[in-house]
Amino acid sequence: MIAVYFILFLALLGIVYFALIGHRTDVGKINTALNGISFLATVWLAVTVLKHGTLLSENKAFLIDSFNVYLIVLTAFVGMTTSIFSAPYMAHENAIGRLNDQRLRLYYSMYQGFMLAMYLVLTTNNMGVMWVAMEGATLATVLLVSLYRTPEAIEAAWKYFILCGVGIAQALFGTVLLYYAAVQINGIDNALLWTVLYEHADKLNPHILELAFVFLLIGYGTKMGLVPLHNWLPDAHSEGPTPMSAVLSGLLLNDALYAVVRNKMLVDGATHAPTASYLMMGFGMLTFLTAALLLHRQKDIKRLFSYSSIEHMGMMTFAFGIGGSLATFAGLLHMTVHSLTKSAIFVTVGHASQLAGTQKMEQIRGLIKTQPVIGWGLLIGTVAIAGFPPFGVFTSEFLVLMATMHSYPWLTLPLLLGIGVAFAGLFRHIQPIVYGNKPEGQEPIKANLWPVLIHLALVLWLGLAIPSFLADWFSQATLLISGEKLL
Amino acid sequence: MNAQHLDFYMQTILSMAALVAFTSFLMLGQGRLLRLIFVFAIQGLLLTLTTGLAAYSLDNPHLYISAVLTLLLKVLFIPAMLRREVLKMAMHRDVEALKNKTLIMLSGASLMIFSYYILHPIVQTSNAVMINALAVGLSVVLLGMLLMISHRQAIAHVVGFMSIENGLFFAAIVATHGMPMVVELGVAFDVLVAAILFGIFFLHIRTSIDSLDVDLMNRLHEVEK
Repeated sequence: MIAVYFILFLALLGIVYFALIGHRTDVGKINTALNGISFLATVWLAVTVLKHGTLLSENKAFLIDSFNVYLIVLTAFVGMTTSIFSAPYMAHENAIGRLNDQRLRLYYSMYQGFMLAMYLVLTTNNMGVMWVAMEGATLATVLLVSLYRTPEAIEAAWKYFILCGVGIAQALFGTVLLYYAAVQINGIDNALLWTVLYEHADKLNPHILELAFVFLLIGYGTKMGLVPLHNWLPDAHSEGPTPMSAVLSGLLLNDALYAVVRNKMLVDGATHAPTASYLMMGFGMLTFLTAALLLHRQKDIKRLFSYSSIEHMGMMTFAFGIGGSLATFAGLLHMTVHSLTKSAIFVTVGHASQLAGTQKMEQIRGLIKTQPVIGWGLLIGTVAIAGFPPFGVFTSEFLVLMATMHSYPWLTLPLLLGIGVAFAGLFRHIQPIVYGNKPEGQEPIKANLWPVLIHLALVLWLGLAIPSFLADWFSQATLLISGEKLL
Repeated sequence: MNAQHLDFYMQTILSMAALVAFTSFLMLGQGRLLRLIFVFAIQGLLLTLTTGLAAYSLDNPHLYISAVLTLLLKVLFIPAMLRREVLKMAMHRDVEALKNKTLIMLSGASLMIFSYYILHPIVQTSNAVMINALAVGLSVVLLGMLLMISHRQAIAHVVGFMSIENGLFFAAIVATHGMPMVVELGVAFDVLVAAILFGIFFLHIRTSIDSLDVDLMNRLHEVEK
């Protein structure tokens, strides 16, 4: 439990520290160090949970179980590797005059603010606090989206703010309804705590809970980029600085999905009806197919990969919607491999666009000839995210397909079709970017590709063989979410 | 439901619900920004009174804190900030010509009926005052969205956004006697930060497009041309 307080305190310290002196030259290293220490603390936390089972803090404010602990580790890990990448990247942006010292300070301070909000969403035992932290994550990142102060960036940030703010307000209404249902039960105390709610799940009024779930799904779904509430996502990802795109795609989307799944566990326990499942499956499938088609019509490289994120979120929502042990296991695995792969891709994309001086895909050419590490990194990342064996995304997509075939055989067809369409959409753009001749005057830049290498190696490892402790972990979480054991 | 048989608190809550819904409709049809902000402040005041009343009748002291927070944020700070913005941009004489005003008002009415319709299952768990409160809360949320859709000025969008918060708050106060203290403080903090961020945004939007008309923000598209 100390570890939880420690990472929250560390992030809080980071906000204040960077707000005061965030423009010094060594600040990127300090950011990396802070995130690195947090990562170590979360590993320690994970080991404790693995050994002793679910932890609940004494004042019942924090709950760590097998479902959220692995997301906490993942959050800290991606936060750490992205900060490794962000140090030279932001220094470069500062050097070419896109950012001044004041905005650099804002950037580092809000990076920690975002991490704090993410940790709080995951660790809190109170679903109201979870909402507050989720809104806090929007507030922390909204000024980062408009960091470059171009008209496009301001438009993107405004859209992000309004759409996510209104969306998340729906989730608060859902929370109010849920709380209303909970206070109806006699003798209930602290009725917004997950632990209390799960205990009394079967006594909650099913009608109210179904209604609440609709609001919660729309609310957190907006943050997740579910179609038709996804419009903010490509804009915010493409106009903000690249490290921000990496953490938004790799972490924020996952945490919003986490909130939805937590609520679904509760609603399923109360209604014993598949309404929540059908809602998630429908939205998931719609999101998946729409985003796969929209991939074909993109011209900006960061927008391309944001649509790919939307597509994958759709697939995960669909998987958790199917429910059952296999689909849930696949969903958990997909969350992990997607966030590892996607943040690696955004890191390479960031380098590629710094190299070419633009984000327009028409003008980025010949990456392998200019700087092979970036070119190959992008190519391998794209291969991985498109779901090729032997990478982990293949394994999880395959499991989703298996689960679909088992429960809803006729849905396998649109799923396969969507995977094919998405694959074509990615490769028609990426192939000329990595191959092809190098434009005149394009010179290699100083790049830090360790994060990419580590992420892709992990994804490859997860694709070849899931280590037994991780498999145990996932199956414990599966048991918690779906109520069935897989392994 | 027979209103004579309800106690004083319940009767007042019902009137407050009606008044809050009424202010939402007033905002919906308002083309002048200063009046819009004024009506928004009135809605905040109604909310403060409701919270204060709930705190007094239910003998729940932590609701007094929420009442004070609402008063400071929704009645004083945010309206004052928006008003300053309007005067600075010299927009106080502009009247926004709303397209299809009749249609907007009718859609507002339909949204209210819709809220009652979807919340109907709740009747079986509670008394008729609760369903009124929750339905008014939800319709204020939906009317806030409609306000954002129908108005073009960024300031009207902020008013819509904050009025959505008002609707949620009203539902929470009446139906559940307020959320736990830590959640309420958190929400108030978020609203405060959001209001400050909106202020910063106005500055950025003004310097980038020299206007607060959101229709001018149209550079980013779903499918790129």
